[in-house]
Amino acid sequence: MPDTPDIADRRDAVCVIGAGASGLAAIKNLREHGFEVDCYERETSVGGAWNWRHDRSPVSAGTHLISSRPLTEFPDFPMPDTWPDYPGHQQVLSYLERYSAHFGLERDVWFGTEVVSVEPVGDGRWDVTTQSTGGGSSRVQRYAGVVVANGHNWSPSRPEIPGDFRGQVIHSAQYKDPTQLRGRKVLVIGGGNTGCDIAVEAAQQASSVWHSTRRGYWYAPKYVFGRPADQVNDRLLALRLPLRLRQWLYRRVLALTTGDLTRYGLPVPDHQPYESHPIVNSQLPFYLGHGRITPVPDVTGFDGASAVLADGRRVEPDLVITATGYRPRFEFLAPELLGTAEDGRPDLHLHAFARQHPTLAVVGLVQADFGLFPLAHWQSVAVARWLRLRVTDPERAAAVQQKESTRPVAGWSRRRVVPTARHWFEVDHADYLRAVEGLLREMEPTA
Amino acid sequence: MRSELLRFADWTDPVPAAAREVVSLTEDARDDLPPLLFVPGLGHGAWAFAEHWLPRAAERGFAAHALTPRPGGDLRAQVHDVVQVAASLPRQVVLVGHGAGALVTAYAMGRYPARAAVLAAPVMDGWPTLWAALRTNPVGTLPALFGGRLRLNRKQLFGPGMPAEQAQPWLDRIVARPRRELVTHDPAPRPVGDPPVLVVGSPDDRIVPRTSLDRIAALYGGAPLLFPGMGHDLMLDVTWSEPIEAVLDWLAKELSEQ
Ligand SMILES: Cc1cc2nc3c(=O)[nH]c(=O)nc-3n(C[C@H](O)[C@H](O)[C@H](O)COP(=O)(O)OP(=O)(O)OC[C@H]3O[C@@H](n4cnc5c(N)ncnc54)[C@H](O)[C@@H]3O)c2cc1C
Ligand SMILES: NC(=O)c1ccc[n+]([C@@H]2O[C@H](COP(=O)([O-])OP(=O)(O)OC[C@H]3O[C@@H](n4cnc5c(N)ncnc54)[C@H](OP(=O)(O)O)[C@@H]3O)[C@@H](O)[C@H]2O)c1
Repeated sequence: MPDTPDIADRRDAVCVIGAGASGLAAIKNLREHGFEVDCYERETSVGGAWNWRHDRSPVSAGTHLISSRPLTEFPDFPMPDTWPDYPGHQQVLSYLERYSAHFGLERDVWFGTEVVSVEPVGDGRWDVTTQSTGGGSSRVQRYAGVVVANGHNWSPSRPEIPGDFRGQVIHSAQYKDPTQLRGRKVLVIGGGNTGCDIAVEAAQQASSVWHSTRRGYWYAPKYVFGRPADQVNDRLLALRLPLRLRQWLYRRVLALTTGDLTRYGLPVPDHQPYESHPIVNSQLPFYLGHGRITPVPDVTGFDGASAVLADGRRVEPDLVITATGYRPRFEFLAPELLGTAEDGRPDLHLHAFARQHPTLAVVGLVQADFGLFPLAHWQSVAVARWLRLRVTDPERAAAVQQKESTRPVAGWSRRRVVPTARHWFEVDHADYLRAVEGLLREMEPTA
Repeated sequence: MRSELLRFADWTDPVPAAAREVVSLTEDARDDLPPLLFVPGLGHGAWAFAEHWLPRAAERGFAAHALTPRPGGDLRAQVHDVVQVAASLPRQVVLVGHGAGALVTAYAMGRYPARAAVLAAPVMDGWPTLWAALRTNPVGTLPALFGGRLRLNRKQLFGPGMPAEQAQPWLDRIVARPRRELVTHDPAPRPVGDPPVLVVGSPDDRIVPRTSLDRIAALYGGAPLLFPGMGHDLMLDVTWSEPIEAVLDWLAKELSEQ
């Protein structure tokens, strides 16, 4: 394809979209594999979701990690060992800022610059159109590869609840501070970690709290046997106990620690442990026991001052918070590039590699019973090694691609999950990392 | 095969926090130079670098830090301590390990992408080192095989030019209780981030045989830089300035090439 004069050709450089945890890891690992990198970030600083100054940040004042520190830190840049088991969001942000400064990553980041379009130009190269967020002109540059690290926890998914409601309805993304709850009658919808966190904060602040969930869940505590629960869980994984046995143990441990929650009116889970994204919250059962949180079923409609519940009951909140999660969004990419289905679900090898476009990858589009940073780290190592191999040894790269196409999806993607959109990218971290390691070994430098 | 990605030991049984002594000279540090972190070997502490090498590196514009890993820590804990301190510094670090500290450094390089690394008189070949020690200093070495103290003598650590009265206080300070791991450990992992690595040593080192220096340097794709006449303690011996100047020159060259 002839060079168009107004397109700046960045030759072998790779474009990274986003400077959250995943984008930072991508810059670092691409550089270590000898690539020049340009990263575009629409905000004015790093940290993505963990930067509460960003308008789209989903964290609120009280957010702490749910994955414990050793399972959350980057494998090659530990958090200080003096930090607590579950650092707060400000610590997590300062960790990402230090990671970025330590490796001089910001040198390659263009802040306040949004990627508005990414188009293939044939021969594996890409035209990336960027625009300054302050308005201003757009620019097109050509790259040898594109790594998308735009996050999937910033575009709210709002439930459609029929009827008119006189009170206030906000999505959890707009919930920032417990003062928003003080003295009010609050209905929280959604039983993910956000919904549970907010229900607990409401129990401490609001005058009444209803927590609406459309099914029963397994509410895991943050600690079992005096250790962070995820660390205990990993002991079972290290022993390679079969899933059935782990499910049985999970039930036993929950029965002995959290106890039976149905006596507070919560429904029995309609799925097995490990079949929904883990809820990690020790305080929710506590406030249920104190009568500060009233569990209620799904909200089927609004009617004036009332929210109508699936069992026909009505409650009268003045604030409704829909903690119904987020959806991935890739507006700058034509859907077919990521194999995206009608419902918006991309289909990527290892949730990372575009099947038809070997120089296009996504990092961070996974969710696990584990911290995201290590997963994003190893994904970016795999992406960087792959892009390098394509340059240095195209024949071997072709062989790797051939071999990977036969890797069974069940080996790395969790198949048995509650079939809702939030589980599209759910993986078991041990299985997933084993699969990524398999790929890394195939691409091992020969020297 | 051991997995690099599945680190169950770190996830389920993390190394607990501990006090670590770090001696730092940062006043004259230049912005364009990476920080140096010196890692001492068996029985030595940050003090061994604080004598000469740390101030010299600082004079040449480097932020210079030396660490004393936690007392009594096993190899895993010592590696943890090095990586913790490295990650706490504002920029990507050059690791300089001496003696058994070079082994710790080599392991740390598998966990942290150092900017560059220097292995000085590296004790990384357990058996040849043990053999050499038994030959030169059987009385001082034997008790250590049974969990006792290792007494290193002047001949092992210093060249013939070192005055006895100068050596004695240092020898008194060195309290070494080697762990079995020092001999039985697995080969060091491949460094992450592909840093340039320099091996320095002395052909007259009575602890690390010359063949060991060659083998280790070859492992990292080079040849050792040799300082004949010096003993094992390159940073304390009479001609301490030669190796550190050479190391800093090498570093300056490597950094300018990148
Ligand atoms: C409340 C909450 C709590 C969480 N708790 C945990 C936890 O305990 N442990 C854990 O591991 N994970 C947790 N997560 C998951 C969290 O999303 C990840 O930890 C991590 O922040 C994801 O990083 P990322 O870089 O993939 O995405 P993000 O952090 O969202 O970063 C994406 C970046 O891309 C930029 N961007 C997006 N589109 C464009 C564009 N078109 N052009 C330019 N820039 C763009 C964005 O501005 C943003 O900076 C939590 C998430 C939420 C919502
Ligand atoms: N403290 C923390 O570290 C912390 C805090 C918050 C969030 N997070 C993480 O951030 C990510 C997002 O969490 P999230 O809780 O915001 O979202 P989420 O995990 O997607 O949970 C959404 C919840 O809302 C329900 N829901 C979705 N659509 C609904 C609808 N139309 N009507 C009624 N209910 C609906 C879901 O039910 P189904 O079960 O039926 O799908 C689910 O219970 C997760 O990875 C989570 O672990 C971490």
